[in-house]
Amino acid sequence: MTLAVGIAGIGLLGPGLSGWPQAAQILAGIVPYVAAPLTPPAPTLLPPTERRRTGPSVRLALAVAAEAVQDSGLPPEELDTVFASSNGEGVVITGILDALHTEGGAISPTQFHNSVHNAAAGYWGIAVGSSRPSVSLGGHDGVVATGLLHAAAQVVALRAPVLLVAHDVPLPAPLDAMRPTTDAFALAFVLVPGKGARGTLRLAQQSGPADAPALPAGVAALHDANPVARALPLLAALAGGGGMVLHLPLLEDARLHIEVTA
Amino acid sequence: MTALRITAITATSAMGVGLAAMRAALHGRHGGLTPCDLPGMPPGIWIGRVREAEGLEPPAPLAAFACRNTRLVELALRQDGFADAVAAAVARHGADRVAVVLGTSTSGIEETEQAWARRGADGVLSGYDYARTHDLHALPRYVRARLGLRGACVSISTACTSGARAFLDAGMLIAAGLADAAVVGGADTLCRLTLHGFGSLELLARGPTRPCAEDRDGISIGEAAAFALLERAGPDDAGRLGLLGAGASSDGHHMSSPHPEGHGAVTAMRAALDSAGLAPHDIGYVNMHGTGTRANDAMEDRAITRIFGDTVPCSSTKGWTGHTLGASGALEAAVAAIAVEDGLVPGCLGVDRPDPSFASRIAVTNTPARIDRVLSNSFGFGGSNCALVIGRLA
Repeated sequence: MTLAVGIAGIGLLGPGLSGWPQAAQILAGIVPYVAAPLTPPAPTLLPPTERRRTGPSVRLALAVAAEAVQDSGLPPEELDTVFASSNGEGVVITGILDALHTEGGAISPTQFHNSVHNAAAGYWGIAVGSSRPSVSLGGHDGVVATGLLHAAAQVVALRAPVLLVAHDVPLPAPLDAMRPTTDAFALAFVLVPGKGARGTLRLAQQSGPADAPALPAGVAALHDANPVARALPLLAALAGGGGMVLHLPLLEDARLHIEVTA
Repeated sequence: MTALRITAITATSAMGVGLAAMRAALHGRHGGLTPCDLPGMPPGIWIGRVREAEGLEPPAPLAAFACRNTRLVELALRQDGFADAVAAAVARHGADRVAVVLGTSTSGIEETEQAWARRGADGVLSGYDYARTHDLHALPRYVRARLGLRGACVSISTACTSGARAFLDAGMLIAAGLADAAVVGGADTLCRLTLHGFGSLELLARGPTRPCAEDRDGISIGEAAAFALLERAGPDDAGRLGLLGAGASSDGHHMSSPHPEGHGAVTAMRAALDSAGLAPHDIGYVNMHGTGTRANDAMEDRAITRIFGDTVPCSSTKGWTGHTLGASGALEAAVAAIAVEDGLVPGCLGVDRPDPSFASRIAVTNTPARIDRVLSNSFGFGGSNCALVIGRLA
């Protein structure tokens, strides 16, 4: 069973990758990659009181979501959303676990409601004033392929655009040793029925392993540094104008087969 | 949406292990909440604990998944012939056409909490498999491996709507042609993070929770695992149990407080009715989210009243089980199934009289009634709302 969807808008942030127009030049091999620290921008869409409460994971998600939606030209408040993250609000959760195991430690109510996996989705809804349905997924090392397949299924089932946001940031100690994630990375696609201005995908779950990624020098190191960066081969194919078949990791026994066309 | 047949359903919570025990508890009005005796929890609260799961271990090849959440899942999967029903679906469709879509808020985080507590001076966590316990994907990965499935594998975590969203999202995968059947549901277990988290919000009840009571004083937290097998309905399925519709919305209002007028709740309920092609008068019972907090129950009463007036009996069954968080939507889908099959409106437990300011028709005693369709609500942090319509297939 193959799902066909278009990409109408792209958002991307990673170390040395600051937005799709700049990143596409690097991923297409036109401009060399230069590593640079990534600081997720403050979410100016949110009122100041809410803005102060957001952590790096939420900020990263909102930034790529805003870029992709603007690129698509579609109204943000009319898009259903799929958020995908392996580590979720692991920074907030680590803070709570630390407090729970500290003598006299107390957790704050704000910390607790910010620890839910759908925190980024909740802040996005507040930021753009949306009452549209939203779902938040996990997926460990297959998180970005899981999110893409799920969002594409929704586009096909409902014949309507969907905003997909995949985002992960490093975990603090001591969880970082259990779940190594060394760089922050996030992408967003506005997926639409039929063809899209940024490319068209045909997707299917298959048995078998993912491809060894073939990426421009420097960028290759990011691939294993963050579960969302497992999408880099797809992003490189989109930057290069399509005409490619590739396979992203999904599960121990399965991969996501993707045909990319312009 | 196209209606889906619920070929099999099972649930395990403090109310009972499997559907027969759950039925007996609902009809006999025996709740499962008890004073909290787990160490390191907020003082003076009650919980819905499933002791029967605590000694179980997963089958040897899956030993790395061992954690509180997996043990509860393992216990639940052994009930009501569920695994056999899934095996029959695999025979019908093929293992690669059966998806697993499951919701959880905290997965096996209790394993990390234990490792954290036993850390040495170096602060290093050890002695467990993070990816197969704490990680959200551990839940569907375990169930998929345990049941020998090879289709899509999805973990949903939208706080307290997770278990309900699993039904909606699996419906989407089947509609898109990605699967012919899906194992859906949710599992969440007691852990320090959620008990202390709700404690920090001062939302925990001092005794067993009494949703919709005039003097209700908050939530009791429980644990549960509940699963259903969904498949496309055929013409021969008329009268059988099905998922007739599902709807969702976002509040876009606040991270932990629902909109006071319940706009998001109303939108989700209307979307569920629309997707089922039903009108409010087609619903025979509303199973409320009804957590027992002052604000949430009042909001839900206003939202229900806007759609149903005072014509449809409503209740929350969290007095039996506590709020089972990411499992609650799936657990209450099983309550809905029993309500339809047994013709039962289970009135709120431990409530002498409902809040007199409520305008909806709150039931506080059990009432026999022919119920063909139930609307089941779930609401969560982040402004997540989801409503399911479960009933007899047309």
